[in-house]
Amino acid sequence: MRRTVFPHKLLPWLLLAPQLAITLIFFYWPAGQAFRQSLLREDAFGLKSTFVGLANFRKVLGDPNYLNSVRVTAVFSVLVAFCAMAIALFLAVQAEKIIRGRGFYRTLMIWPYAVAPAIAGMLWLFMFNPSFGTLAWPLRQLGLYWNPLLDGEQAMTLVVAAATWKQISYNFLFFVAGLQAIPRSLLEAAAIDGASRRHAFWTIAFPLLAPTTFFLLVVNTVYALFDTFGIIHAVTGGGPGKATETLVYKVYNDGFVNLIMGDSAAQSVILMVIVIALTAFQFRFIERRVHYG
Amino acid sequence: MAEPSPLAARGAGRLVAHFWMILGVIVVAFPVYYVFVASTHSVQTILRPPLPLLPGPEAAANYGQAFEGGVRRIGGVSLWRLLANTTVVALGIALGKIAISMASAYAIVFFRFPLRMACFWLIFITLMLPVEVRIQPTYKVMVDLGLIDTYPGLILPLIASATATLLFRQFFMTIPDELLEAARVDGAGPWRFFKDILWPLSLTNVAAIFVIQFIYGWTQYLWPLLVTNSNEMNTIVIALKKMISFADADTPWNLVMVTSVLAILPPILVVVLMQRWFVKGLVETEK
Repeated sequence: MRRTVFPHKLLPWLLLAPQLAITLIFFYWPAGQAFRQSLLREDAFGLKSTFVGLANFRKVLGDPNYLNSVRVTAVFSVLVAFCAMAIALFLAVQAEKIIRGRGFYRTLMIWPYAVAPAIAGMLWLFMFNPSFGTLAWPLRQLGLYWNPLLDGEQAMTLVVAAATWKQISYNFLFFVAGLQAIPRSLLEAAAIDGASRRHAFWTIAFPLLAPTTFFLLVVNTVYALFDTFGIIHAVTGGGPGKATETLVYKVYNDGFVNLIMGDSAAQSVILMVIVIALTAFQFRFIERRVHYG
Repeated sequence: MAEPSPLAARGAGRLVAHFWMILGVIVVAFPVYYVFVASTHSVQTILRPPLPLLPGPEAAANYGQAFEGGVRRIGGVSLWRLLANTTVVALGIALGKIAISMASAYAIVFFRFPLRMACFWLIFITLMLPVEVRIQPTYKVMVDLGLIDTYPGLILPLIASATATLLFRQFFMTIPDELLEAARVDGAGPWRFFKDILWPLSLTNVAAIFVIQFIYGWTQYLWPLLVTNSNEMNTIVIALKKMISFADADTPWNLVMVTSVLAILPPILVVVLMQRWFVKGLVETEK
C-alpha cells in the first residue's frame, strides 16, 4: 500500500473522466441494452416491443441452428487451441535446442501476429482457392475433389488452418519465455543424474510450463471464440450450409443480416456469460499461482 | 537469448532442431511470401496455377496501377485513402488508449479519493467483454450519437477496454514511495512528477502497449465492417474483403494481391522493428 499520495481531490476525477465516460457510453450502456433487449420481443416492423421474460433464451437454446453453431464452435475452438499450442510448443522446444540463429528464427516467426485475422483467412483462401490456388492444384492432381466453398468439412479445415497459423506466433513467444524461466539448476541436475533430454523435458520442463500452458489455453479459447470472426466472415461466410457458423458469427448474422433483435441479444448475453466464466476461471487460476508459486 | 539453455542439443540433435525450425518458419512465413510473389505477377500468371516461386516482372506495373486509380475502380476508394484511414484508426486507438489509461491509472495509484476502488472495478470489468459480444446494442449507440462513418465512431468504442489501464496501474504500483516523497519535498506537483519522473520510467511500457494496440487497431474487422457504410471510410482490411467477395472473371487479382501486401506490411514492420519492446511487453504484461 502506498503511503505518500497527492492531496488533490478534484484532479483525480478529471484524470479518470475520459476513461469513465467512454466506458459508460460504449460499454455499460450497450451491455445493459443487450440484457434489456434479450427479455423483449419486437414486432415485425420493429415499432413495438413486449416483455417476454426468458422466452428468447428458451427459443434460442431450443433452436437446432443454435445447437449446431454450439457444436461448430466447440469443434473449431478445440482444434484451433490444440493445434496452435502444440505446434508452438514443439517449435519453442526446438528453438531452445539451438544456440545460434534464435533471434533470426523468432523474427520470422512473429509475422502472423501482425496479420489481421480476416487477411489470414484470405491468404489461405488464395493458396487453396479451388480455381487458382497454388496449393489446391496438387490436391486436384492427386485426384482429391477439393472445393472448400462447397464442402463443409473442407471449409472447416481451411478456417482451422488459417486461425491456427495466425495464433502460432503468439503462443511461440509465450512458450519460449516460459521455457527460459525454468530454473537452469533443475535441468542441469537432471542431466547430471543421466536423464535423457526427452525425459527431462516431459518430467521437469513440461510440468513447470503448466502456468504458461493454462494461461495460453484461456487466451486461445477466447481467441478462437471471438477474434476469428474475421476469418470466418471473409472465407466462408458461415457456410457452406451452416458448417462454419460459430456463435459470434450467428450473433452477427441474426442481429445484422436477419434482424431478429431479441434472439441476437439473448445470444449476446449467453456469450457474455461464457466470457465471464472463462475470465473467472483464469483469475482463480492465477490467484492460486500467486499463493503457491 | 544470451547463454545456451540446458535444453540445448549437441551435434546431430542441433541440426534436427534447425531442420524443424526452418520448416516451421517456412510454414509460418509462406502465406505472406506467397501473396507478395503474387503481387508481382500478371493476372494471367496468377490465375494459372501453380504460381512461380519467385517474384515476377510485373511488380512496378502492379503497384503503380494500384496506387493510380486501379484500386479505386474495383473498391470505389483509392489505395491512399484506405492506408490513411487505417493509419488514423490504428494510431487513434493506440495513442488514445495510452492517454486515457495512463491518466486513469495515475489517478487510481497516486491519489486517494472516495469511490476510488469502485472506479477501478468499473474499469476492470470491461476487461471481460470484447466488443464482439455486444455488437448490436453498441451499434445502436453509434447510430444514436451520429457516429456512423466517422473516425471517432471507428476509434472510441475500441478504446473502452481495461488492458492498458491495468498494466499501467501494475507498473505505477512498483514505483517506490521514496521517489514520490522526494519529489514532493522538492515541491513537485502531480504534473511535474508525471512529466519528469514517471513518464521517462514508463517509456518501455508505453512502447510495448503502443505496438500491441497499433496491431489491434490495424487488424480490426467486425467493428469497421459495421460502422462504415461509405467506401471512403473503409479500412484497408474491409476494402479487401469487399474486393474478394464481389470477385468474378474480371477481378484484377494482381491489384487485390497488391492491396493485401499493403494491408499486411505496415503492422509487420511495426512488430519486427519494435520487436524488443513488443516481445517483452507482450510476455510480461499479459500475464
